[in-house]
Amino acid sequence: MTKNTHFNWLNALRIGLIGGVVALLISLVGMVEEFGQRDIIAGVISMGQTLLIIAMLMGGHFAAARSVDRPGPLSLAGGALAGLVTSGMLAVLVLLIGPLNMRAILPNASPALINILTFEQGPVPGLFYLLGAGALVGVVAGLLHILPPLVRQAIILALFWVALLGLLQELLRVTLTNMPAVGAALSWMFGSGTQKGLSVPGAIAVAGVVAGGNYLWATRGAQAQARVRAMPPARQRALQWGSLALAIAVVLYLPNILGPYLSEVANNVGLFILMGLGLNIVVGFAGLLDLGYVAFFAIGAYVMGVLTSTDTELAYRFNLTFWEALPIAVAASVLFGVILGIPVLKMRGDYLAIVTLGFGEIIRILALSDFLKPYIGGSQGIVQVGRGQISTVVFDRPQTLYYLIVAGCLLALFISRRLRDSRPGRAWKAMREDEDVAQAMGINLVATKLLAFGTGAAFSGLSGAIFASKIGSIYPHSFSLLISINVLSLIIVGGMGSLPGVFVGALVLVGLPELLREFSEYRLLMYGALLIVMMLTRPEGFWPEATHKREFHEAAASEVAPESAPAS
Amino acid sequence: MLRRFLERFTLTDLFMWLVGGSILALIVVGSFLTLRAGHYTARHWFDFVVFGLAQGSVYALIALGYTLVYGILRMINFAHSEVYMSGAFTGYFVADAMNRSGFLDQNPLLALLALFAVAMTTSITVAVLLERIAYRPLRRSPRLVPLITAIGASFFLQYTFRGLYGSQNRAYPDVEVLDGAWSLGGEFIIQKIQVVVIVAAAVLMFGLYTFVQRTRTGKAMRAVSEDKDVAALMGIDVDAIIVRTFILGAALAGAAGVLYALMFRQVNFFMGFIPGIKAFTAAVLGGIGNIPGAMLGGLFLGLFESVGPTLFLDGLGIPAPYQLKDVIAFTMLVLVLIYRPTGILGEQLTTAKA
Repeated sequence: MTKNTHFNWLNALRIGLIGGVVALLISLVGMVEEFGQRDIIAGVISMGQTLLIIAMLMGGHFAAARSVDRPGPLSLAGGALAGLVTSGMLAVLVLLIGPLNMRAILPNASPALINILTFEQGPVPGLFYLLGAGALVGVVAGLLHILPPLVRQAIILALFWVALLGLLQELLRVTLTNMPAVGAALSWMFGSGTQKGLSVPGAIAVAGVVAGGNYLWATRGAQAQARVRAMPPARQRALQWGSLALAIAVVLYLPNILGPYLSEVANNVGLFILMGLGLNIVVGFAGLLDLGYVAFFAIGAYVMGVLTSTDTELAYRFNLTFWEALPIAVAASVLFGVILGIPVLKMRGDYLAIVTLGFGEIIRILALSDFLKPYIGGSQGIVQVGRGQISTVVFDRPQTLYYLIVAGCLLALFISRRLRDSRPGRAWKAMREDEDVAQAMGINLVATKLLAFGTGAAFSGLSGAIFASKIGSIYPHSFSLLISINVLSLIIVGGMGSLPGVFVGALVLVGLPELLREFSEYRLLMYGALLIVMMLTRPEGFWPEATHKREFHEAAASEVAPESAPAS
Repeated sequence: MLRRFLERFTLTDLFMWLVGGSILALIVVGSFLTLRAGHYTARHWFDFVVFGLAQGSVYALIALGYTLVYGILRMINFAHSEVYMSGAFTGYFVADAMNRSGFLDQNPLLALLALFAVAMTTSITVAVLLERIAYRPLRRSPRLVPLITAIGASFFLQYTFRGLYGSQNRAYPDVEVLDGAWSLGGEFIIQKIQVVVIVAAAVLMFGLYTFVQRTRTGKAMRAVSEDKDVAALMGIDVDAIIVRTFILGAALAGAAGVLYALMFRQVNFFMGFIPGIKAFTAAVLGGIGNIPGAMLGGLFLGLFESVGPTLFLDGLGIPAPYQLKDVIAFTMLVLVLIYRPTGILGEQLTTAKA
């Protein structure tokens, strides 16, 4: 103890203020109230409160890290100060809402919000509770900061799983109660009757199991991995094939467990995976930012609709079956992918993004217009789109459609993988890194770009065709720009150019909002925030492709090198 | 000559010529048929033109924000449309409050000034925060990174304002002095509000042009847009200049938002999206990075969009051509980028550093 630890309270104050702004925003946007209806631990804590706590925890964490030059007891003070400031700003909001009626301007500054913020205790004790809770959460954040990493990781993971299971309890209960053995455990974990969220003992049990499991893996995981690596190659391969076979069996059996509602969610996720795999080729492999990707989805859907429906004048002439129309729909998408690709061959980056966005809008407006109404139905759309059928199985229920979509995804995955590792795949990556150099190396840019646009459009068209058949009707409103943004977000969150990333991204960004109704209201707000945060902190995505990861970290390392050594 | 031309002529070139040729033919035939049919009198065309100019001035004001930022950072500030929306949307509450207290009718000039001040301040705040939080840390990242951030910021802002202010349409109050029309003799009349919008936009644009050309800050901005590193060596605080650029663009966008709201009377959280793309088109049309170009491009696009659907499409027998005005604007964007990516007045930027 030669040097006194210096406590920079101004830093803690500043971070607390930023945390306060975030907390105010979360409250005023309406998330606290909306999410307040879903309990994580029944009767104890709701999703809305969890959001505020997360804001305070983050603030406390940064304050603890930035206000003190080395972890120690003063970190607790830093965290507490930040937490106190954050909750103080919420307290000011509560005080302001009382006398000033702001609901005409800010509809979410409501009495219900005050109730949540003051723990339904009325202003006088409630505000003190709020301040106390803020300080307490700040102290906890500071404490987490100074704990050894192994323990910290275990606690954070445990809290994460408690939150996740609490959120998903309704679904778990609905799907799993049919199984007799699980049912009893579930009713203990989730409490009985209509209450939402985990029961208190359930939450403790989940936290205990996760923390223990994490501890075991952290201490023994390396040994287990070493054991597998020590096996003879033949057995290793057998193990790999075995786990693959198990995974396939689970995927195939899944709809039986999931039931119609969850199968429907899985189908939507699947359609987005299909689109994501396509856009991944265009954006991830070839580096061409396409914001009009929904256009090909729409074309696939409309071709399927026009060819199989008997609804519009034009459609009546064709009247094909689903299987006859499917290749035509995909071919039409590819054709449009190439046709729309030709004009943008010479454009790069920003310009490409805006022009493709324009294409997407043109297609949507044309679909909506009276001009094409006799052919594709205008704003009334096309109904009675044909269903697929293999012998006696009709693809009209979620549980059967699931297999069609899984087959599509596997096909797209296979094609993506083979293309990635072949000559065109390498050409795409070369082009992504530097177009001019790639051209100098003898890569035909025109062919390479058009192949990327065409393949991407094919997957999207396939997805659209299946979508049309799944819904049974097509309306222009289904093809808004938001779909393109959705797909773009999911491949960026997963990791640009990474195939497993597409699956992770789709599960998180499409699956979660479908499961939790409250999320869908704030879906785009969260996507936007997620895109910014990802680009600022982890531009390579959650499951990055190897080269991308190296690249981003190289750039970061060379930039910060003079100041500090790279963290990882 | 001919041999060299044929050697360089590829299949994609042929395709592009065909597309361009057929669109040109469509425009010529459509206009001819429309004019021959003579459903529209001189008064109709005059109305279209004035409306187009008013709308075009709003586009031009927004386009200046794109162009200023592009000139300095070489990036498309995708969230600029939300900067514009935030000003107009926040302005509504001020306008509404002043209308209820009667201030708007007693002191219309003062009230309108206050309205502009609030809207511009809001827009500036949003833009400065955006620059500080989302763009500045990424200034040296690969090009795709800030663009994706900007797209994210755009949606984040849209839905934040939706959450804050609600998702319904809000109707701007009626300003009595701006109601009514002037007669120009004969059958030609002109709405007062349209004149006000055009004049206000012209004054603002002239002010901006003078600022950039005559003041020290303007000079520094031009220097930074030439070369950031050299400008820094010359003792210019690059970060500060970039912030000022965002402030200028945002102030114009906020003013554009109020003008738009006074003209069309309605604001909502999604109002920025389409005008944003249109304004970007205008900026590209005039040559992005070029200030007079953005003004010219905006006016031109407004005119094109207002006159175009009727002139080109009505004669071809297309029902409800006004539905397709956005298609015309977007097609124009694509055509400009293909055939003259430098825009009307611009410089070669599309491929140089992109």
